[in-house]
Amino acid sequence: MQDLPLLSLVIFLPLVGVAFILLIRGEGEVQNRNVRNVALWTSLATFALSILLWTNFDTTTSAFQFEEEIPWIPGFDINYHLGVDGISVFFVLLSTLLTPICVLASWEAIQKHVKEYMIAFLVLETFMVGMFCALDFVLFYLFFEGVLIPMFLIIGVWGGPARIYAAFKLFLYTLAGSVLMLLAILTIYFYADTFDIPTLLNVRIPVETQYWLWLAFLASFAVKVPMWPVHTWLPDAHVEAPTAGSVILAGVLLKMGAYGFLRFSIPMLPEASVYFTPLIYALSIIAIIYTSLVALAQEDMKKLIAYSSVAHMGFVTIGIFAGNTQSVEGAIIVMLSHGFVSAALFLCVGVVYDRMHSRDIATYGGLVHRMPLYAFVFMVFMMASVGLPGTSGFIGEFLVLVGAFQANTWVAFLAATGVILGAAYMLWLYRRVVFGELTKKSLKDILDLSPREILIFAPLILLVFWMGLYPAPFLDVLHESVGNLVERYELARIAAENVAMVNSGK
Amino acid sequence: MLSDLNPDLVLALPELFLVVAAMGLLMVGVFQKEAATGGILITAVLAIAVALLLVPTGLEERATAFGGLYVSDSFSAFMKLLVLLGTALTLIMAHAYNEREGFARFEYPVLVLFATVGMLMMLSANDLLSLYMGLELQSLSLYVVAAIRRDSLRSTEAGLKYIVLGALASGMLLYGASMIYGFTGTTNFDSLAAHLIDAGETGPSTGVVVGIVFLMAGLAFKISAVPFHMWTPDVYEGAPTPVTAFFSVAPKIAAIGLLLRVLLGPFGELVLQWQQIIIAVSIASMVLGALAALNQTNIKRLMAYSSIGHVGYALVGLAAGTETGVRGVLIYMAIYLFMNVGTFCCILAMRQKGRMTEEISDLAGLAKTNPALALAFAIFMFSMAGIPPLAGFFGKLYVFLAAVEAELYTLAIIGVLASVVGAYYYLRIVRVMYFEEAMEGFDRSIGREVVVILGGTAAVVLLFFAYPAPLLNGAAVAAAVLFAG
Repeated sequence: MQDLPLLSLVIFLPLVGVAFILLIRGEGEVQNRNVRNVALWTSLATFALSILLWTNFDTTTSAFQFEEEIPWIPGFDINYHLGVDGISVFFVLLSTLLTPICVLASWEAIQKHVKEYMIAFLVLETFMVGMFCALDFVLFYLFFEGVLIPMFLIIGVWGGPARIYAAFKLFLYTLAGSVLMLLAILTIYFYADTFDIPTLLNVRIPVETQYWLWLAFLASFAVKVPMWPVHTWLPDAHVEAPTAGSVILAGVLLKMGAYGFLRFSIPMLPEASVYFTPLIYALSIIAIIYTSLVALAQEDMKKLIAYSSVAHMGFVTIGIFAGNTQSVEGAIIVMLSHGFVSAALFLCVGVVYDRMHSRDIATYGGLVHRMPLYAFVFMVFMMASVGLPGTSGFIGEFLVLVGAFQANTWVAFLAATGVILGAAYMLWLYRRVVFGELTKKSLKDILDLSPREILIFAPLILLVFWMGLYPAPFLDVLHESVGNLVERYELARIAAENVAMVNSGK
Repeated sequence: MLSDLNPDLVLALPELFLVVAAMGLLMVGVFQKEAATGGILITAVLAIAVALLLVPTGLEERATAFGGLYVSDSFSAFMKLLVLLGTALTLIMAHAYNEREGFARFEYPVLVLFATVGMLMMLSANDLLSLYMGLELQSLSLYVVAAIRRDSLRSTEAGLKYIVLGALASGMLLYGASMIYGFTGTTNFDSLAAHLIDAGETGPSTGVVVGIVFLMAGLAFKISAVPFHMWTPDVYEGAPTPVTAFFSVAPKIAAIGLLLRVLLGPFGELVLQWQQIIIAVSIASMVLGALAALNQTNIKRLMAYSSIGHVGYALVGLAAGTETGVRGVLIYMAIYLFMNVGTFCCILAMRQKGRMTEEISDLAGLAKTNPALALAFAIFMFSMAGIPPLAGFFGKLYVFLAAVEAELYTLAIIGVLASVVGAYYYLRIVRVMYFEEAMEGFDRSIGREVVVILGGTAAVVLLFFAYPAPLLNGAAVAAAVLFAG
């Protein structure tokens, strides 16, 4: 099993599907059906392969596993180097899980350019998985940026009325951040003389330089996360994107920024991370409270969920920078949980949007009378998003708050208010959409979930409860890698405190 | 048999062959008149192909000829291959265009051949005099080529602007050369380098520095770097499309090569003197190229500003003044060659009802009316914007790598931010093609040659990442030679 280049297979299998789709000829509906089937089976096969990563994962080590290394670009020591550790393996799984779900969710919603749409999603999957597996900085950047091309097209071609504005905003915001990160990567190259990420994890960079590099990384990751105040592209992109686009955006792309913090900022620039932690706290708390309040005022369901994503990602960044085992593990669990919960919430919006072609909360009301199944599904994910004990959302938020409390009580207190606000806007949304009398004429004939839609939601519901009730299999995988990360971060913090003491002693 | 020849002549074989071919074709053209145009063009392409084979590759060391006027090394070989390739591809593009537009002038391929000889001379120049000779042979041919549609108002205007400004630039270059000669007593690059190393302790005399500044001003005009870029949009818009394609590729690569050789060869000691100028020119070109292109509605004017921007990025590598930097420039220009030729193939395909159109808005909905063309166009645009995994990203990666290595952080930051602005207008074309409703489609008959070139360049740009080693190694060897002495 270890001899198979498993990661390469997972990364490039979707491209094989693309090749098949390109070969499909035919007329109209027949062609579209074939394209959908190829895309679905390719993404399912990819998911099945990626499951092997989990079953064969060695939970006793923090080292990178399933490593592959082939020389790629001579002269600069750039290699095609792949590998996963406890931190990244679940993001690979998240990407491969959400792609077939996206394909299914677009089954009927997308009727024009089906071929191109499916190609875009499969290419996107390749880039996403590649990004989480890359252990070479140039390779990482290639995948990280490459994601923009399919995402730009998905929003721009298949999006809503203001899609062009949203697509450009997404692209240019992200690009502006990323190019600064590229310069930081190049600078690190000249300190360490390598682009190899595992080697770089052990390189000490002078503290003065770290500050600048850290800010350059922040420029890129803060846009991706997104952190206040550079989050404004997100609501636009979410609202205009087709349902599946929102799912991938919320489910995976937002995690790329937080993953960047975990993989690069904290281990490679620990002193700077300690130094800037208050900044991250401040931005995260503003994000949690401010965007929660903004979410309360939204009239558009997708926008509301988009703002709630910003708030949830605020928990993630607090968790990452609080820097103890609970908080970091909590942050990763929040990311995973948010990955499929927010994805599912967007799918829930998509279900009614496909029927009514409106995302306004005011269009709906009393859906429970016509759509009991839908009301149940929506409730599960709404509760998971709020963080009800027993759902996946609870585990993550709880761990983050426990960890944050150890680091800084005020931060924990303010972040906890976000949980309350979160409950407020989500419950209110649910009340306005699902409960009440069914008075609106247009809703009289609305149909409940179709078998295809049930099929989409079933695995996600399962995951919500599995992770909420028995999170041990997830935490086991995380444990070694996170422990290793936290240990080294702790050393940097002690060193930084010593320096501060020496300075104040003067 | 070759060994019996004078060794100087053997070294200059590609140039000599092309000169003879050009003269022969000129004779044929004069006597056969317009009837032979197609044949002459094809023969010219074949002649360039032969010249490509004659360019010595795998050179171990540099060799000089004609009393040190001419030099042949792996740097000149690398650049010559690019120039010849660019010329050949754009000539083939002209073939399809000529037949459709009734633009049959046998002078065109002949003039391009002469210009190519000039460019090869520029790349092999090892003396201010041979530099000027090559440059003028190239420029004079190009002045005529720019105005070759003499019954078109725009083309004539473009030609006139080009010759007036070009003459000014040549004048400045000559003035600079005479200053340098006056203060050092030599025009040979090797002696100049030796002279400046000797003067290392006291620093160069002011006269030499002034001379270098004038020399650089003249060359900056040829590569259309800001602030000597004014002719570019007009000439690009006015000239027939295949001519514009040629202009945007071969002469630019040749002039960049010349600039590299002059600044790093004889004036390599004076890095600190010219580095400031290159940084300023580079920043100005990147920023102006990005900002001025934002509001263009004509695709050829847009490409003009885009090429100004690209020159700015290439100069980032030169500004570093290191071997990594030169390698970056070479890689950048090679990738630029493929992106630009491909883009102009797409522009050549913009025809409605048998007439060329140049408005960006005419591209609306191309993704529906001609998906393959739109895809290729989009690949080139994303690549020009520098988005990985396309080739354009690697070009930018290597020049910025060099800038960071040389600790030119300001330059690098302005450069990458300008590339974000630049991305906006490249994306605008993708937007028009993909996000807007279909208009009347383009004519289907693009021409088989153009389709082949289009497909080939798109494949190179798209798949460059999979096997970049040959280009990178070639560029590394070529760059090393400039720093060998």
